Parts: sequence; C-alpha cells; structure tokens
Amino acid sequence: MENAFGQPQNVVVLGGSSDIARAITRKLCAARTSNVVLAGRSQKALDAAGDEAKDYGATTVSTVLFDAEQPENAAKTIDEAFAAAGEPVDLVIIAVGLLGKQEEDENDPEATWRMAAVNYAWPVTALAQLRKLMVAQGHGRILVISSVASVRVRRTMYNYGAAKAGLDRFAFGFSQGLEGTGVKMQILRPGYVRTKMIAGLKEAPFTTGPNEVADYVMRGIANDSTIIWSPPILRYVFFILRHLPNSLWRAVMDRT
Amino acid sequence: MSRELLYGWGLTAPGNCELRTVYDEAQVLDQLSKTTHTIARGLGRSYGDPAQVSGGVVLNNRGLCEIGRISDEGVVTVGAGASIDELLQLSIPLGWFVPVTAGTRQITIGGAIAADVHGKNHHVDGSFANHVLSMRLVTPTGAHTISPNSQPELFWGTVGAMGLTGVITEATIQMTPITTDSVLVDTDRYSNLEGVMTAMFEGDANYRYSVAWVDCMTKGKNMGRAILTRGDHAGVDQVTKPTLVGPQPPKISVPFMPPSGLLNRASVRLFNEAWFRVAPQHREKEVQSLSTFFHPLDGVSNWNRMYGKRGFLQYQFAVSDDHSETVVNAIKRLSESGVASFLAVLKRFGAGNASPLSFPIPGWTLALDLPIGSPRLPGILDELDDMVVAAGGRLYFAKDSRLSPEKAQVMYPRLGEFRTLKNRIDPEHKLTSDLARRLRLVGE
Repeated sequence: MENAFGQPQNVVVLGGSSDIARAITRKLCAARTSNVVLAGRSQKALDAAGDEAKDYGATTVSTVLFDAEQPENAAKTIDEAFAAAGEPVDLVIIAVGLLGKQEEDENDPEATWRMAAVNYAWPVTALAQLRKLMVAQGHGRILVISSVASVRVRRTMYNYGAAKAGLDRFAFGFSQGLEGTGVKMQILRPGYVRTKMIAGLKEAPFTTGPNEVADYVMRGIANDSTIIWSPPILRYVFFILRHLPNSLWRAVMDRT
Repeated sequence: MSRELLYGWGLTAPGNCELRTVYDEAQVLDQLSKTTHTIARGLGRSYGDPAQVSGGVVLNNRGLCEIGRISDEGVVTVGAGASIDELLQLSIPLGWFVPVTAGTRQITIGGAIAADVHGKNHHVDGSFANHVLSMRLVTPTGAHTISPNSQPELFWGTVGAMGLTGVITEATIQMTPITTDSVLVDTDRYSNLEGVMTAMFEGDANYRYSVAWVDCMTKGKNMGRAILTRGDHAGVDQVTKPTLVGPQPPKISVPFMPPSGLLNRASVRLFNEAWFRVAPQHREKEVQSLSTFFHPLDGVSNWNRMYGKRGFLQYQFAVSDDHSETVVNAIKRLSESGVASFLAVLKRFGAGNASPLSFPIPGWTLALDLPIGSPRLPGILDELDDMVVAAGGRLYFAKDSRLSPEKAQVMYPRLGEFRTLKNRIDPEHKLTSDLARRLRLVGE
C-alpha cells in the first residue's frame, strides 16, 4: 500500500532498465518499496536493474519480457506484470520510449510507424488495461514519462515530439477520467537527461542527470502534482517558448 | 451501495471502497459471507488507513447505534456504532461519564475498542477495553459474546486489533459516576521539558486526569517548554452551581479547505508562542466544563481541513520510563529540524492490558500533529522510528499512516500470537484493511 507520503510498496516498471526508471526505482526502494516488477526487452538489462533494486532495499524482484513495437500485446504484458506483483500495485511507471533519428527516419515509413508504436500506441494501449485493473483495486498511481518535447513539436525531432505529444495529451485526459476512483495519474515532462537515449547529442540548456529527475519525481508524487516538470523551471521556460511566433521558435529550437 | 473515496482523519492515501451501512448482526453476517475483503468503519477518526480497504467493502457501523438503559451500577449496553458524544448526551444528566475518552467525542464505541483508546486517565484507569464487561463480535465463522472471563483470547485479541478479528456490534461498558459536569483543573507552566517530565513523574498519581502540551519548536534551554493541566471530577460542594448537562454541538466549522501550507513553521511558531504566553504560570482548582477539558477540538467541526488538501499525520509513540530520554531526543530532533509541529501532547501511561496489539505500555507517550509537505519529514520520522525501536517502544496503529512493516513487527512482538488467533477465526483473511496490508499485520 501507499503511505501518507505517497511512498509505494509494490511497484511495476514498464521499461524497467531505462536510466530514468532505474534512478526512480532506486529512490523508491530506499524508501518503502519492497516488491518490484521490471518489464522490458532485454532479460540481461532487467536482471541488472533488478540487482540494483535489491541493493537499495527491494526484497522481491520479478521480470516480464515484452516488445513495445507490438502494441497488440500491451494488455497481456500488463496482466503478466500484475500477476507477477501478486498484490495490489501501488505505482506503475511507464518508461517506454524511443528517440529515433529524425533525419534518417524521415523517408522511412517503417521507422516512422515504429516511433508511433513505441512512443504512443503501446503506452496508451497499456493505459487502458491499467485503468481497468487499478480502478478495480480502488487505489494506485500511474506515472507516465512524457517529455518537454511534447509541449511544442520541433523540426529536429518531430517524430518523437508528436508521438510524445499524443501520449501526453492522452494521459492528461486520462487523469481527469480518474477523479474519485482512488487512482492517480501523473505526467513527467523531463528536459534533456544524460542517459543512453540521448548519448551523442549536444547537451542542451537545463540538462539534468537521471538522479535529479528522480528527486523531482519523488517531490511530485508527495505533492500529487498532475504534471511534474524536471527541472521545475522548464515549466516557465516552455510557457514562453510555446507562445513564441514560429519564426522565433525555429530560430531558437532548430539550432539545438 | 455506493463506491466512494474513503480517507482517515489525516486526509492522506485515500482508497476507493464500497460503503455499506449495517443495521443488525444478521446483516453483518450476511456481508461477511458475501465479500472477500472487508473492514468495519465508524466515524473515521483514525488518522491513517485502518478503516478502509481499497477495492473492498467497508461496513459502516453507524446503523448499530442503540443505547440501552444505564443500570443503577452504571452498566450500559451500547451499539458499536453509537458515538461517545451520543452516549454522553444521555449519560451525563444521569450522573455517568465514559470510563475513558479520547481527545474527541466523535468516535464510535466499536472504534474505541478496536483502537483500545486511552485518555488523560490512563495512568489511573487504563485504556477503554479495561472497562468493557463484554461485547458481541461477528466473525466470518459466527457471532460470539465475548468477555475477559468467558473467551479471554478472543476478547483481548479483538482489543486494539483495528477491526481485524471481526465486526463488533455492541458492547457492555462500566461507566464512571460523576456528580457534576465540571472538572477542577490545576495548570502549571514549565520553561523546559525536564521540568514538566519531573513534575508528571512525581505528581500525576495525585490526579485522575493529566496531560501536557509541549512546544516542539523552541530550541536551546527552552526546548520542550510545556503547559501541564491536571484535574479531577468536581464534587457538588466544589462548584457554585452544580449542573449535569451533556456536551454541546460544535459552534464553529472550517467550511472549506484552505491551501496546504497555511500551517507552516512561521504560523505554528506564532501560535505556540501565543498559547504558551496565555497560559498561567500556576493556577489551582479552575472550574472547566467536561467538554473544554476533554474535547477542546470538538468545538470546531472539520478542523482537519485546516491542513489543506495535502493533509497531515499524527506521530504517536510510547516508551517505558527506562527510556524517557527517547522523549527528549525525539523533541530535540524535531525542534532542530524546524518541521512545523503543533499540539504535541505528552502523557503518562499506566500498566497495559492483556491484548497483544494494544498500544499503551507503562511510561510515556508523545503525540505530534505534522503537516504533509516538508520533503525532509519522511526521513526524520524514519529516524524517530529507529529511536523508538531502539527504546523498545511502539507506534499507535490508530494514528499511523507511514510506518514500515518491518518495524511494526519489532514494535509489536506479540503479533505472532494475534496471527494465530486470526487464522483460527478468519482463515480466509476476509477482514483486512489498507493498514493491515501496508503493515502486513495478517501475514503473507
């Protein structure tokens, strides 16, 4: 169960070996989390993340394999993860995502479809199944990792940005549909984070490490914020950026 | 039948449950046979999550509210859903007071037994269940009349067990005789914690009721300054106009929820300062009404809303006299951290009772109200847990909303005994709560 501070005991992490997910899981295990289900593509990476969770205090770790390029299997994956948890799940983290390579993908229908599948279709399909299970439980929390890239789609990563924008707006509507159910939805909008995903990209302003993101997530959970910005200042930065005329927006964003 | 969000008094960690009001024993039995996860709920005054079971069925005991005739000896049989307030309305005019009352009258008799509540007279009279002559308990295996003599294991196993053995439907209680509705109160102010603890240790035995209010926000030589109020029921010849009038309904209400953060370090410090300065250095035999003395916060309905949407929690622990330094260290830790804490209440506990899960142990108990919000608070309270565990002390389930299951096991060494009983009378573990799940009270 979740306690008065929102600290969960049973956690399911979809995309459990991602750097941000691992940083969050470590912090959760250091608090009250004892039972962790990690789902992802690579058994080896999940096992490594699982060992790490145990180092930080988890007593039970199980793993579930899935492929986010197959949204049709998302509901099955959720069922498997909940079965592995064995008890009511307090927190589900959706950390599934694919950054892609915009310039290479632009003329590639298959790659474009893959971006839409992993970043949008899989997560929203999973959410529908999660809604069913968690509303029946009468409590729980879902954290969806969106991105500041979802706020205004940009030339240099529109594939990623548009899919995240879809997920972000879906999640926002989803959260409103949960009122009174005991289930809460929170949306994390991180800026650039130093992870495997962006390795090789130029470091943008307001870049943070995964541990800082995890800190902001812990605070966001304790405060029940629907949208968690990481770092929090991006909320104001993107308020301005979002309202810039297109020419200015392009001048600022196409270069970074 | 409706599904709704249920909270404890602290307004944290809600659970969506199906709430069904029960009116008689047959309905309780019927519900227990039909459901897989269920728990009884009274007036929801526990701070955390013991009176809810997310995704399950919560049995509202307020339908079981009959109050019987009070015998000449002060024995009364009361429905478990009747509140102490309702009982006092009838009993005070007849010259009877409840044997033990919590800091609020707005609790049910069933809840008082399930949490085995204590009051300002614990050092003299013990906790609520010590005055329960018998009760009716409905378990998934049937209805039982239980008393300390007829079925001691089930009786004491139910006391303090937060509803996990079954649904209490009625109880027979021994009331306390009074001749007026007044209390004669002595008030003393102490500039530090050591002063008040010495006075309580040495002098509490001279009073039936005693409680100290401690300022947990002052540091240095005034750390833990306190106001000690102690009293006894007034006799007819001790007041100018003896009356026997029941409690009045609240006059003020908190009509809406102000933003969280209204009660912060600055505002609480200011309140504590004012409260301390208004109290007299020493005053004897002041006449106070029963309500003013026992239930000051009942004058304001919904006062829990003052903490805003994020809610608050109460941290209450008990340690023996051999570990009284734990009280000092806990207050020191809190005052140094600057976490806003108001209404810290310090009391002496007398002997505990036979229940494996009842909270009181002889010595001290300290209770603090803390707003949710400071990012350091979870860690500070985990440290306090460690101090309490090291001192062989414990936290109170009726107040808890954040303890870990590992520490709960250590604090309640007789949990195993309770689980054996639980497995016998509720083998399918139908009776459970979010508290029981969070602290793994009923086992894996």
